[in-house]
Amino acid sequence: MDTKKTSLYQLHQDSKAKFVEFAGYQMPIQYSEGIVEEHRFTRNHSGIFDVSHMGQLFIYGQEDLVDDLERIFPLDLKNLRLNHSKYSFLMSDNAGIYDDLIITKIKDGFLIILNAACKENDYKILKELLNNKYKMILDEERSLIAIQGPKSVEILKSVIQGVENLNFMSGNWFTLDDHNIYITRSGYTGEDGFEVSLNNKFAEKFTRRLINKGAKLIGLGARDTLRLEAGLCLYGHELSKDKTPVEANLKWAISKERISKGNFIGSDIITKQLNNGVSKIRVGIKPEGRIIAREKTKIYNESNLEIGEITSGTFGPSVNGPVAMGYVENEFSKKNTKIFLEVRGKKHPATICSLPFYKKSYVKGVN
Amino acid sequence: MSEVKYSKEHEWIKLEGDIATIGITKHATEMLGDIVFTELPEKGSNVEKDGTAGVVESTKAASDVYTPVSGEVVDLNQSIVDDPSKINQDPENSAWFFKLKIKDKSEMDTLMNKDEYDKFAKESSA
Repeated sequence: MDTKKTSLYQLHQDSKAKFVEFAGYQMPIQYSEGIVEEHRFTRNHSGIFDVSHMGQLFIYGQEDLVDDLERIFPLDLKNLRLNHSKYSFLMSDNAGIYDDLIITKIKDGFLIILNAACKENDYKILKELLNNKYKMILDEERSLIAIQGPKSVEILKSVIQGVENLNFMSGNWFTLDDHNIYITRSGYTGEDGFEVSLNNKFAEKFTRRLINKGAKLIGLGARDTLRLEAGLCLYGHELSKDKTPVEANLKWAISKERISKGNFIGSDIITKQLNNGVSKIRVGIKPEGRIIAREKTKIYNESNLEIGEITSGTFGPSVNGPVAMGYVENEFSKKNTKIFLEVRGKKHPATICSLPFYKKSYVKGVN
Repeated sequence: MSEVKYSKEHEWIKLEGDIATIGITKHATEMLGDIVFTELPEKGSNVEKDGTAGVVESTKAASDVYTPVSGEVVDLNQSIVDDPSKINQDPENSAWFFKLKIKDKSEMDTLMNKDEYDKFAKESSA
């Protein structure tokens, strides 16, 4: 199968991107300045991320669509206001996660942003669950550009007036050069920022305007270090069909109102796990020293018993040290619990820590 | 006069008497990206030609460092362990990895000279 290219491919090439194949797309992993510099630029200034490989699923319908979606997602969608967004999951009957997603109430329906690797499957699952009752468009005609970091609001405002009035996890339609653009104040880096959905034909021109205002293109490599420092899950690593939202420590994203009533896919298991606890849970892990524990690194307790596994681990440029997330047996999940990570045959000390690793106020002035 | 040679695993080696200084090439650092972790062999240990003798990690992945010749590790560059970004800054000079007392000078003959290595690096990254 040929790998797909986003509408910014030429711009990435012109910007000397190194490419990797990701979810069937040729995506930039980094540009000439490298992951650490790109990471820092995003934290201190403003980074542009091409996330056009992600799915933009529009589902059109009225009250009955809200009812039907509430049977799928553990969200209080009846009270979700126009242009407001929620983080959620598509789950199996036993609450395994098919995908994590952002759902936004738009006029005449909902917009759901899906992971690139999951979007086709999600579409099939949702179409079936909704009995083909609604118009559903997995829109390949639109690109998705994220702009993240403290200077993003000023930069985007200078291109499109009014974006500065958006609150976190809310959006609106804007018009630029006769193009309809949907912008939400959201992102996945732990920084203030926006995600911009716009026609493929306009994507490069729009992105070049952001670059002219001082923002820089940032690759998937820095996107990964940024989201990991921010304690955010990545599908295929922290999240999978074998993990539930409760195990993934994402119960904050499940509506309390909906839990009390149940009646959504996976609600039996979720309710049971909320009441009885889970055997394994996602935690933050801080290795001592500089050792980096990558995905699949085994985790041991002080008695040398295996208690879990790392799901993501790297060097955090803003933390200036290694950071990781993983799953451990529940009894070892308390903050400050001492654990050991087996890297290249040797066991290295680490501690369970709270997430995120990076908070804005925490490192102010460090970089 | 000291002589610098290069391996297919992108190490450079400079021989002075029977002491060889070993590091990774600029080309290697460009392929790896930002280096954020370094592990060196133990001082006093013996390493075998083409065996692993350390690790470098970038934000993306871990890579083994191989020794192009056999010998006893007689010195380590602690500064690149304390600050691995030095390897990106000056890979073929101050950011050397370790020094070996070599056993068999003829092992040097199997390695590439600068022109050969530059050609090899260009071809292997094309």
